[in-house]
Amino acid sequence: MARVVVDVMLKPEILDPQGKAVEGALGRLGLEGITSVRQGKSFVLELDGEVDDARLAQLHELSGSLLSNPVIEDYVIREVTA
Amino acid sequence: MRIGVVTFPGSLDDRDAARAVRVAGGEAIALWHGDADLLGVDAVVLPGGFSYGDYLRCGAIARFAPVMGPLVDAANGGLPVLGICNGFQVLCESHLLPGALVRNDSLHFVCRDQRLRVESASTVWTSDYEVGQEIVVPLKNGEGGYVADDATLDMLEGEGRVVARYLELNPNGSRRDIAGISNARGNVVGLMPHPEHAIEALTGPTTDGLGFFTSILKGLVEA
Repeated sequence: MARVVVDVMLKPEILDPQGKAVEGALGRLGLEGITSVRQGKSFVLELDGEVDDARLAQLHELSGSLLSNPVIEDYVIREVTA
Repeated sequence: MRIGVVTFPGSLDDRDAARAVRVAGGEAIALWHGDADLLGVDAVVLPGGFSYGDYLRCGAIARFAPVMGPLVDAANGGLPVLGICNGFQVLCESHLLPGALVRNDSLHFVCRDQRLRVESASTVWTSDYEVGQEIVVPLKNGEGGYVADDATLDMLEGEGRVVARYLELNPNGSRRDIAGISNARGNVVGLMPHPEHAIEALTGPTTDGLGFFTSILKGLVEA
């Protein structure tokens, strides 16, 4: 069984009000020196069989269409383990 | 004139949209998200709500619903489509309209009677309005902030594709106060506020929203 992790983050130029709210809370809880928090998503996929090139290409396509919206988000396939 | 209204799992405003079509004098046809069939309708409304629970991103899963296949093809061929709120999100996710809708900058769900200025009367959904006309219709969204890059925003403004703008207060952080936009051809319009909730004095703050539905019916008669 293979495991694939896809991270999705808002593009840097897109305002992230959720991250701002978390930043405020971390500051109130005593974390000093915090200058920015950005909140993203992580998808952990488990698949039967191997992740060959064809399947990886398919994963990239779906990461850029379903899992992320390229207008506002970037994705990274962070981990592929067999 | 037959106007289809799509119901996705989680749609809320499909009944109000269908009623608005009827009040304007049209025939409302129920379309189902799971059927790749537009039943020969003359135009389509994608209603507000929380399609597929708004999981992943608003409209992201609805975009891949079976009904969207023929709808995207037909819209690219000129079929009039109005996406309201969640419907606007679906149109952006489907790339029928540029940009995207993100969480309100205030982080709050906003529900208010919103003043708008109609900026374009050259779409099939807004021809019954005057450019510059001010209208008040309900607005209710948590992820209604319209974003696009500056080049896209400049293009929309340069081509007269900003359909409506927020007045008095920008409720969600939308860039350049944009409440609605159209595609280049003017047949596809996305709008974050809800004209279908402002068609009768009994239930709406005004009847200002009816113009979207009378516009399309007149446009179809003349076509």
